[in-house]
Amino acid sequence: MKVKLRVQRFNPERDPRPWWAEYEVEVEETDRVLDALNHVKWYLDGSLTYRRSCAHGVCGSDAMRINGVNRLACKVLVRDVVAEGRGTITIQPLLGLPVIKDLVVDQEPFFRKYRQVLPYLINDEPPPERERLQSPEERARFDDTTKCIMCAACTTACPSFWANGEYIGPAAIVQAHRFIFDSRDRAAAARLKVLNEWFGVWRCRTIFNCTAACPRGIQVTRAIEEVKALIRSGKIK
Amino acid sequence: MVGAGGAGLMGALYAARQVRTAVLSKVHPLRSHTGAAQGGIAAPLGNMEEDRPEWYVYDTIKGGDWLVDQDAAEVLARESVDAIIELEHLGMPFDRTPEGKIAQRRFGGHTRNFGEAPVMRACHVADRTGHMILHTLYQQCIRAEVCFFDEFFVTDLILDGGRVAGVVALEIATGDIHVFHAKAVLFANGGAGRIYKVTSNALSLTGDGMALVWRRGLPLEDMEFFQFHPTGIYKLGILLSEGARGEGAILINDKGERFMERYAPTIKDLASRDVVSRAIYREIREGRGIGGRDYVYLDMRPETINRYRSAPGGRTVTAEYLQSKLPDIIEFARVYLGIDPLKQPVPIQPTAHYAMGGIPTDLDGRVVRDGNNTPVEGFYAAGECACVSVHGANRLGTNSLVDLVVFGRRAGRHMAEYCRGADFPPLPPEPEAYTVELVERVRNGGKERAAPIRAELQETMQTYVSVFREEDGLKTAISKLNELRARYENIGIDDRGLRFNTDLVEALELGSLLDVAEATAYSALYRTESRGAHYREDYPKRDDQNWLRHTLIYRRGREVSFDSKPVVITHWPPKERVY
Repeated sequence: MKVKLRVQRFNPERDPRPWWAEYEVEVEETDRVLDALNHVKWYLDGSLTYRRSCAHGVCGSDAMRINGVNRLACKVLVRDVVAEGRGTITIQPLLGLPVIKDLVVDQEPFFRKYRQVLPYLINDEPPPERERLQSPEERARFDDTTKCIMCAACTTACPSFWANGEYIGPAAIVQAHRFIFDSRDRAAAARLKVLNEWFGVWRCRTIFNCTAACPRGIQVTRAIEEVKALIRSGKIK
Repeated sequence: MVGAGGAGLMGALYAARQVRTAVLSKVHPLRSHTGAAQGGIAAPLGNMEEDRPEWYVYDTIKGGDWLVDQDAAEVLARESVDAIIELEHLGMPFDRTPEGKIAQRRFGGHTRNFGEAPVMRACHVADRTGHMILHTLYQQCIRAEVCFFDEFFVTDLILDGGRVAGVVALEIATGDIHVFHAKAVLFANGGAGRIYKVTSNALSLTGDGMALVWRRGLPLEDMEFFQFHPTGIYKLGILLSEGARGEGAILINDKGERFMERYAPTIKDLASRDVVSRAIYREIREGRGIGGRDYVYLDMRPETINRYRSAPGGRTVTAEYLQSKLPDIIEFARVYLGIDPLKQPVPIQPTAHYAMGGIPTDLDGRVVRDGNNTPVEGFYAAGECACVSVHGANRLGTNSLVDLVVFGRRAGRHMAEYCRGADFPPLPPEPEAYTVELVERVRNGGKERAAPIRAELQETMQTYVSVFREEDGLKTAISKLNELRARYENIGIDDRGLRFNTDLVEALELGSLLDVAEATAYSALYRTESRGAHYREDYPKRDDQNWLRHTLIYRRGREVSFDSKPVVITHWPPKERVY
């Protein structure tokens, strides 16, 4: 089938402002949107620029705005989005991060927030000779948030983040949640302190855009609410 | 460290404890392909049933069809337990047994008591084990304040007077070319699955590390051995973990037969990958593909598993259980095929998955330059780009993850020790000259474009250098590759800018693909026997008399030349390989 790709392009080396490019491509309806982009890059215009790697939704490279919704280009099929725009698929870079070129955004501000929440297991007690024990129930407590691939789809779909780029954002909170609720970790208090700051969890207005945007199906808003509840409970100091 | 997957990050974690360490990667570390590994990482922990290191060593050797260096397999098995425990201590969220220990599952070729029956050895996090290893190691590198250069594409190895002095890299965001002066360099930049058309590998897996080494006159080892994973999604190649068969899924042909019973009577669907992939193609050739076509079914419906009693211990499984153990691959089938694998069988075909060969190293990850294991001073390699050789002629499932943790760690440790006792080697004059010239040539290049050349390369390799090979086909492939290389001389790009020029990166990656494809095809033609993943229809038998040795392939100008390296045999003399 023929589809039209409408892609927002911007090369700050050359362009005074972003502009729209249109490409007609012949695709199978079971092709991924990434396949359509690849077709453009490989056979029509090599200068079209985007990130991609695994092409099946596990590496997190190709989050972008497709028909106004954040998705991974490799995890959405042409047939799933083509009707939304009556044969046209509109593609833009993620909102709220500086554009480096075309669909490539500067991820550094996003990863800076990730680093703020101490995104690593902290437990300085001498480890046992074998594995630390953790019951299946304790393990299940943070299972959902271990699935995060740091694609930034959630954070850049969040109106609170759009309103104030200092907001730490859902992805960083998901990463914090993964450790706060891990029975082996000992640094929940330090993380909650960060998340209780003015740029922390309280900027979340439970809009659920993050949950809708997550390509891994993580209940992001729920994770944020669990963190809020833990702070509110005052149990961890 | 060049490459930020499991091996590079593990190496970095160890090296950074002792010396200043930088990690360069052409993609952000969290995009590395270690993150796509699914089913598990082996270690004879014995958490579910009795297991022993020597059983694991034997399975690895047999899996590799006796081309495995047995001292390396012993290191792998011995250190795997400690490595998995270390990962757990670093934060890896393994699935757990009811007692709270690390949970384990069955995997292809891993057996109890030297081949008696499948054993539960693969430690896992559902079917995203690699994702969790990658994130855990990256997290700890952040904690250790390792210095990262993300999206730096390494274009050259600075090798002067037999000693490595650093690398040259293109900063993708700016187009700047940088020289990194180093006492030691570790290559951990992954595989080259993109030499094939149907592959489980990421688009970024273009064999850059192997190609750079080869261009600099160093050998590549055992390049003829490329693993095809039996269960890739039909046409797309997306991996469906062997963990599915570990949990009881089976392969069926058009007649509804569980055909692996004929090819591997003892462990059936859990035979090693080369055996299963060949069996699938035999079924297809003999007209028993589904509807006579070129695929078979992976059936993981609970009713099928329960009917065949194919789950561990013949126990009964439910849809909920499978959903909790294999959520990602179930979703892949739903998203990409519109099929619910808990209700319908999934069309699969073998998919190019893993290079057993690569940059030859010793047990400490030191790159060696010849069959006598002469090390190249200051140069290390680990992970898929390397060949230690622990996988021999065919890698067992889970062993790539064990390899990168165990040997990434050994290399990082050895490298740090080396650096503490060494001075910086002098840099040769204009170390960046090769890269500058290369980039300028491509930027101002001719009419050829990367995509069509790459597509023809992948088609050629898929047709002539895949599961079944024979002399005429291999010669056809080589002459086609020569033709493509000639066209590559006139490679050009549309994007003439400096900023984030992925058009340029893809053109350079194609150069790597051409090198690796060539090394693979020539090595496959050279080895006139069948062993592990290398099956020659014109030489269908294993020939220990002449070929119980590793292949070393060198490039000398336009020609290639060969040398060999003995296989290290410790306790396990070669014998017939039956599953």
